Amino acid sequence: MTVIAEPELLDSTALADPFRPQLARIASVTRETSDTVTISTELPATGSLPQFVPGQFSMLYAYGAGEVPISISGDPGNPDRLDYTIRSVGAVTTALITRKVGDYVAMRGPFGTSWPMEAAAGEDVLLVAGGIGLAPLRPVIYHILRHRSEYGRLVILYGARSPKELLFRKELSGWSKSPDTQVLTTVDYGEPSWRGYVGVVTKLFNFVSLRPERTITMMCGPEIMMRFGIRGLQGRKFPDDRIYLSMERNMKCAVGFCGHCQMGPYFICKDGPVFTYGQMRHWMGDLREL
Amino acid sequence: MDQRGYEVLGPTIHDSAISYGPIHAIEDLPEGWTSEQGPGSYRLKRRTDGALFGYATGPKSLKNFLHPSEIKLFTAERTNGTFRILSNDGLAPRRAFLGVRACELAAAGVQDRVLIEDRFKDPIYSQRRAGSIVIAVNCSDPSSVCFCTSMGTGPRAKAGYDLALTEVIDGGTHEFLVEVGSETGADLLAGTEYSEASEELRRKSDEVTARAERSIQRQFENAGVAELLKENFDHPRWDDVASRCLACGNCTMVCPTCFCVTVEDMSDVTGDHAERWRKWDSCFALGFSYIHYGSVRLSTKSRYRQWLTHKLSYWHDQFGESGCVGCGRCIAWCPAGIDLTEEVAALRAAAPAEKTNGGGE
Ligand code: SF4
Ligand code: SF4
Repeated sequence: MTVIAEPELLDSTALADPFRPQLARIASVTRETSDTVTISTELPATGSLPQFVPGQFSMLYAYGAGEVPISISGDPGNPDRLDYTIRSVGAVTTALITRKVGDYVAMRGPFGTSWPMEAAAGEDVLLVAGGIGLAPLRPVIYHILRHRSEYGRLVILYGARSPKELLFRKELSGWSKSPDTQVLTTVDYGEPSWRGYVGVVTKLFNFVSLRPERTITMMCGPEIMMRFGIRGLQGRKFPDDRIYLSMERNMKCAVGFCGHCQMGPYFICKDGPVFTYGQMRHWMGDLREL
Repeated sequence: MDQRGYEVLGPTIHDSAISYGPIHAIEDLPEGWTSEQGPGSYRLKRRTDGALFGYATGPKSLKNFLHPSEIKLFTAERTNGTFRILSNDGLAPRRAFLGVRACELAAAGVQDRVLIEDRFKDPIYSQRRAGSIVIAVNCSDPSSVCFCTSMGTGPRAKAGYDLALTEVIDGGTHEFLVEVGSETGADLLAGTEYSEASEELRRKSDEVTARAERSIQRQFENAGVAELLKENFDHPRWDDVASRCLACGNCTMVCPTCFCVTVEDMSDVTGDHAERWRKWDSCFALGFSYIHYGSVRLSTKSRYRQWLTHKLSYWHDQFGESGCVGCGRCIAWCPAGIDLTEEVAALRAAAPAEKTNGGGE
């Protein structure tokens, strides 16, 4: 009897396993707001942290609780740390934000596309963020401030529900003192001591002067905020393909197998999360439940 | 096969249907049975000619074995303040599949494209796929839900098999034409008793296929479907189908190309042992599109539309082909008897003049 050739790849160790996370140690924990925490992670001993580009995310695993996609919010110029700013919205995120220095989480990634750092070189940059949406944009700010001469004006428009819910408060005021940088914050509900703007973030468009043809916009926040933001920008003649959005959908694998983040011709995990508005027009239009 | 370390899975009767089960001897095959299928119905029926493979596809496909409905991704163990992730290094089962239909081969090709040939490679699927032997049997008795001819996937297997058989029953003779599709297939054949096929047997085998082709009544106009769906996101037909659809997800479970999964995490009572499992999921489930402020697709209408537009339209953008191979399973196993060929025909017949621009490139 002829022997059939051994099928290849029968041993799973012969294959890189995209489902297997690696451990990362929590090196520091910073409380941002009542429900939001930034954890800074490092790989134990021998491992080296994967490089990331602004806009990317990782899948963070809290032992026994589960795994969620979290944007990287740290400085791309500091390769020793991966920072994640996490708002507690469910069991896994709650488990993640209650971890202490020295605890371990596990991560897969970084995954996904980058904010348009190259396209933005030499241009003015407008960042529009709502709530936790400032976290995925923070690496952009770090990068621009580190390479200040390579970019034009930097305008940061940031909205949160209340003053207490503003992220990175100290940094915001630091950034506003950087050269050629303007930071405007607004809240939905003010407080007696609040001196800033009250109202939706898109109202802030009225208080900055921008050159639509020379500006790259990067927007991140709740979809409803981004819809209004796009409308506001279009009214001011910002070209569709210079507006970039970070999209959010349910995600279970981050490698294009789970199907949860499929959106038309895209998988948000592989083809996004950063898209041009031109690519997202259909999903940000009048049709709902897409 | 057993001696070579392969478990043989082929057509067996269980749960009142013909689907893959262990085959040890020829008696395990559904001799003298066929299936009668229609929208929302599947019934076994007797036939008198003693055919071993005289039925059309049942609820299970290769997907059930290559892309298992539940599988452990890893085990984690907690030890003094930290934990470790243990890989899942069990060997993938080596299986020989007997009675694989042409549409199923096409469906496995569609899953290959998604799970092996894209940017990432699913190790679970890849190992099972590489460790499989496929013995196809060309269809002689398609059912009323089959439309492989419209999708160009059947009824005769063209490629992707190790061996392909055609069962030829003519008066008193009962023979099989064997075609070899791979070296593995040639090796297998060499280990059996066979004789060179006569011209007549070849001709009769072609007739089996021609008869099968003629018996397929269901038509599906595949050309232009991708664009049709994109242009009709707000067509009233979606409300119509939503009023019938139960959002049960059966169609996605039986579909041999649907690949969506979710993951579940658990830990034991001590908390020292945790596991992560991957399970089939369905875009018809409310939680499928859940993000922290709620589900994106709340209505049944939006979920049916999501399924059909992905399968028949955006699949082309993502993978360069249709996500449908025309097997008809979603029609037969839908409790409401919803028939995608009919839904698409209705969209086509009454495409409103005012069109919504579809998404994507
Ligand atoms: S969509 Fe229906 S007919 Fe098409 S491959 Fe899936 S189950 Fe078969
Ligand atoms: S189309 Fe049929 S099988 Fe699919 S979810 Fe609706 S009722 Fe269930």
